Amino acid sequence: MESVLGRYRNLIILVGVLFLQVLGLAVQVKKSGNDEEKTRLIRIWAVDAVTPFERALVWVERGSGNLWHNYFYLRGVRAENRQLKDEIEQMRLQQVRLADDAAQARRLQTLLSFKEQFISRTVAAQVIGSSGSDHSRIIYIDKGENAGIQRDMAVMTSDGIVGKVLLVFPSVAQVLLINDESSGVGAMLEKTRLQGVLRGTTNGEVVLERVMSDEQVPVGETVLTSGGDQIFPKGLPVGTVTKVSNGRDLFLNIKIKPAADLSKLEEVLVLVEKQERTATAEDAVHLRASDILSQRLPSVPDKPAADAKSAAAILNNGAAAGAPPAKPASNPTITATPKPQGTEQSLTGSAPAGSVAAASTKSSSVAQSGVAKTGTTTTKTGIVQPGANTGIAKTSLVGTNAAGVVKTGKNPADSSGETGTLSAPPQAKASVPSSVRPTSIAQKSTNPAAAPSITPDDSNSPNAKPKPSSSSSSAPSQSTSQPAADDSPH
Amino acid sequence: MPITYTSGEQVEVYRFSIPVTVGVPLLALFIQAFVPLRFPWFAVYFDLPLLVTIFFAMARRNPISGLITGACIGLAQDMLGHNPIGIYGIAKTVVGYGASSLGVKLDVENAGARFLVTLGFYLVHAAVYFTVARGLVNMTQTWSWPHGILAGLANAFLGVLLYFVLDKFKQRT
Repeated sequence: MESVLGRYRNLIILVGVLFLQVLGLAVQVKKSGNDEEKTRLIRIWAVDAVTPFERALVWVERGSGNLWHNYFYLRGVRAENRQLKDEIEQMRLQQVRLADDAAQARRLQTLLSFKEQFISRTVAAQVIGSSGSDHSRIIYIDKGENAGIQRDMAVMTSDGIVGKVLLVFPSVAQVLLINDESSGVGAMLEKTRLQGVLRGTTNGEVVLERVMSDEQVPVGETVLTSGGDQIFPKGLPVGTVTKVSNGRDLFLNIKIKPAADLSKLEEVLVLVEKQERTATAEDAVHLRASDILSQRLPSVPDKPAADAKSAAAILNNGAAAGAPPAKPASNPTITATPKPQGTEQSLTGSAPAGSVAAASTKSSSVAQSGVAKTGTTTTKTGIVQPGANTGIAKTSLVGTNAAGVVKTGKNPADSSGETGTLSAPPQAKASVPSSVRPTSIAQKSTNPAAAPSITPDDSNSPNAKPKPSSSSSSAPSQSTSQPAADDSPH
Repeated sequence: MPITYTSGEQVEVYRFSIPVTVGVPLLALFIQAFVPLRFPWFAVYFDLPLLVTIFFAMARRNPISGLITGACIGLAQDMLGHNPIGIYGIAKTVVGYGASSLGVKLDVENAGARFLVTLGFYLVHAAVYFTVARGLVNMTQTWSWPHGILAGLANAFLGVLLYFVLDKFKQRT
């Protein structure tokens, strides 16, 4: 017996070592979920042995690279600076248009009691290592539990999503990339809104699964997160479709090129906090028909305190992003004061700044787009009517200059918030001769039934709401045109 | 001038200092984990821990130390990934045992032999990994001969260069 053991000693030890490892594997495969903690200690040792060197090397590499790029190699910086300035100008214009669309979307979401997720806090982290194997596509980042990172947090770059946090150590975290075969992300196509599951393959590609083969998926379409995985908020860029072919089981095989370059990650953002709240349209105005009718009744001065409160509320609304329209006053006078150059307009009225700006970029006449909605109310005696003293902060001065740059501004004499009554500035109180007004404004002011016309270009503007009925007062456009019809004082 | 032996009785057995025994595998793991950040193809084609395993196993010519070296390096490599620990461990244990057993019987001191041995053990390693990952862990795996051959050749070429460097750390018993 001893001779047999001695003769096959090496082989027996080999079998024993293999058996132990197979046993360990079986235990790991059987356990799942919380039992990940069991293997964590041994992984910590390995990670702690390797990551300090990686962190040091990354630090040295970054330091030397920054020294070279920031102090020595500055060739082409001026040209790049000019190019970036041009891009900023273009993006400003684009931003105005997008703000317009976003405002509309918020209003629609409000109608649907839509809940959406907002990214409220991210942590920037540096990539310091990888698994070193094409069977395990993960990276290590230099932030961990101490920085507030937890499991299953989304990781992204400015280009698109990268992956999710898989394991967290005190100062290091392990991130599973979206091209790993074990990853899965809820995704959808941007235009067709088809939803599927984004998965990695064994050779590191990313595919969108679970899209039926009878659907039309064009190459080049953008893929976004759908939010269905409860990890990535909805709407983050994922990538673009590069190839579509028929797969198995009546599903398409859609290859995706990730928006973020997963092979050259240096810095990433970890989404450590997100909020889910019901969308609110800040510019939503809820008016009842009776409110409008009551505004036309002979005025009874409100109490100053109430006036101040309502004025402050509307001023706050006006100051908010998107500059929601204030509650319309009765008999508003939309006053346009053309600048001497004729390229900028001064409008009295409260309207979404972005909307006005957007309209201004599309049309030189703000009134044509129906943006100016409410204005200060003047009477023959110059007393502000009750509807007006709800705080119509006069006027955001918005227009475009000849170069198409959007300018916004506020007149410091917009309101007298202390008393709650708002007095229009001198030029606003004085009625502008029709010869000076933009034609469209004058036409609207004299036509009671004329709601601000929405041109196709303005269909995305906040004013492009469904046409309200004559009694409906929820639409700002209605509330704008209706009082404007009563341009003449009672 | 290196002495080569082809008979079992005349085999030269080498040993290594503790810093080299610990440091070289750790350095290999570190490079394997760090270099793919800049050169992603490195992880696809090269497996430095495998080359180190083969080198130590062939130099020591002791199957037990070879399999233990392979097991330790493989398990450490497993720990850096997210897959269950033991897949690389099993594959490199087999390779370590085989390389050291082969080193006892064959002349593995010249470049040609090293090239062929490394190529062969790379394929063995890939086959064992594939079998374990697919059979025991139920991972999705696809076998690709072109990739296996190409990666095997690349590793063999790199291995020959690496072994000449590591030969400097050999100590005769």
